[in-house]
Amino acid sequence: MNITLSIIYLIATITFVIGLKLLGHPETAKKGNLIAASGMGLAIIGTIFLHNLEVSNLVYGLIGAAILIGSIIGWVISVKVAMTKMPELVSLFNGFGGASAALIGIVEFGSNLGNTTQMITIIAAIVIGSITFSGSMIAWAKLNGTMWKDIRLPKYNLINNVFFIGILVFSAYIVTSNTDSNFIVYLLLLAGLVYGVLFVIPIGGADMPVVISLLNSLTGIAAAITGILYGNMVMLVGGILVGSAGLILTFAMCVAMNRSLASVIFGAFGGAEAAAAVGTGKTGGTVKKTTASDAAVMMNYSDKVIIVPGYGLAVAQAQHVIHELEELLTKKGVEVSYAIHPVAGRMPGHMNVLLAESNVDYDKLVDMDDINPQFKNTDVVFVVGANDVVNPAAHNDPSSPIYGMPILDVENAKSIIINKRTMNPGYAGIENELFFNQKTSMLFGDAKAAIQELLTELKGM
Amino acid sequence: MNEFIEFIKSNLELMYILILAIFIGVEVIKNIPAVLHTPLMSGANALSGVVIVGAILVMLHAEPSNYIALSLGFIAVVLGIINVVGGFAVTNRMLQMFKKKKK
Repeated sequence: MNITLSIIYLIATITFVIGLKLLGHPETAKKGNLIAASGMGLAIIGTIFLHNLEVSNLVYGLIGAAILIGSIIGWVISVKVAMTKMPELVSLFNGFGGASAALIGIVEFGSNLGNTTQMITIIAAIVIGSITFSGSMIAWAKLNGTMWKDIRLPKYNLINNVFFIGILVFSAYIVTSNTDSNFIVYLLLLAGLVYGVLFVIPIGGADMPVVISLLNSLTGIAAAITGILYGNMVMLVGGILVGSAGLILTFAMCVAMNRSLASVIFGAFGGAEAAAAVGTGKTGGTVKKTTASDAAVMMNYSDKVIIVPGYGLAVAQAQHVIHELEELLTKKGVEVSYAIHPVAGRMPGHMNVLLAESNVDYDKLVDMDDINPQFKNTDVVFVVGANDVVNPAAHNDPSSPIYGMPILDVENAKSIIINKRTMNPGYAGIENELFFNQKTSMLFGDAKAAIQELLTELKGM
Repeated sequence: MNEFIEFIKSNLELMYILILAIFIGVEVIKNIPAVLHTPLMSGANALSGVVIVGAILVMLHAEPSNYIALSLGFIAVVLGIINVVGGFAVTNRMLQMFKKKKK
């Protein structure tokens, strides 16, 4: 390999490590991203121009065209996408990376017959790449609302596991048999694609961020495997970094939701059982409804208000009006802060991004551990579109699927106003006794419309 | 078994790099505040687009007459670069919002 290229790869690898490290701190995150991006750019340009191969102009033209087209598409998507659609986007991009790895495997298959090591890496790239591609596409469709239902085949766990073992056996057969049949490789690709679909369709929407993170990690591993194939260190190290970082993130998310990875993948959560639990009336009682004007009065005459934003706020795109509400209350002398649960929004940290987008002061976003002791001195807690993260069942109902999950202790506040569209349970499909609490009043309606009404009422006071 | 030993022998350096890289990945990401999970996921996702280097190599090695390799490689490069450019750009856009606001 060209020595200049080797040095470029070395530099790129270092930028990846440093970039990832800097991404982990709020002050340096932006710089970290740029450093990693420039390393990537360097590696790409170096790969194209620094080699000892005879390459025709046609091929150069094609590479240039591909990069131009892809860059424009990627750039436009990234500029246009709404911040609420972040989980979908990560999922989509991730699928593309996986597809890229699978395609590389397909092309390299023909030219590496007889070399067992190479063959193993190629087959692994095809299998992992295709699984991440179709899995990510399903995750995208689910998050996007295109495909809402969790589809569960009877005994889906068994089917999935048998299918997966089947793929492994088939892969082993291809490697050992030294076949040169293209048909077999396409069959393997197809099997990987089908497994990706089977793997993701039964998983509930609330667990989708964990799945995306896991798939993200898998794409990294696919990249690393292709790196082994080419003996290319920047791909190997870059891929492995993503792989292990993705796994850590996956586990961190599981901890925040008090779920084990196994229960996410094989979990019997949400879906059928939850539907059965709904309406059993275990937490029955009367729900107190309130109006925008009553809620406005309550907030107007309180000293301290804590806003608990959740998924519903993101869906209703209400991050801007909630900021207006906060500003108005602050102007009226009310102390306002936001209680941010680690998994608030649609993926961990997502709520911070959304509120930052609508210019909410960073200092007003308070983490769960810091805000929990404050609830008892709070006059009004305003819960917008959050449900499971404020469900006291996590503390006091050992039979609840979310038992043990760290939650925001809003029930300690003097009064609670909950904005929800309907009485339907949250993502996890569990009834919330908080709604039936004496201190709770429900403000039904779309988050954006409801807050808008609150604003109008407050302005008139 | 012999093949396995042979494999380890001939790829010893690779094994070292692999294992050390895993540890670096874990250490670097450990204890990251939840605030940054979304940008981090998106940034790591962009990083996994490094697979594009392989896609470019596929195209460089392909004979100009090998249309299948060239077109599959072409698609792989397009998808890979979308992953890279889009991933880094959107991460940057997100992090831009985290800047301290002046009161």
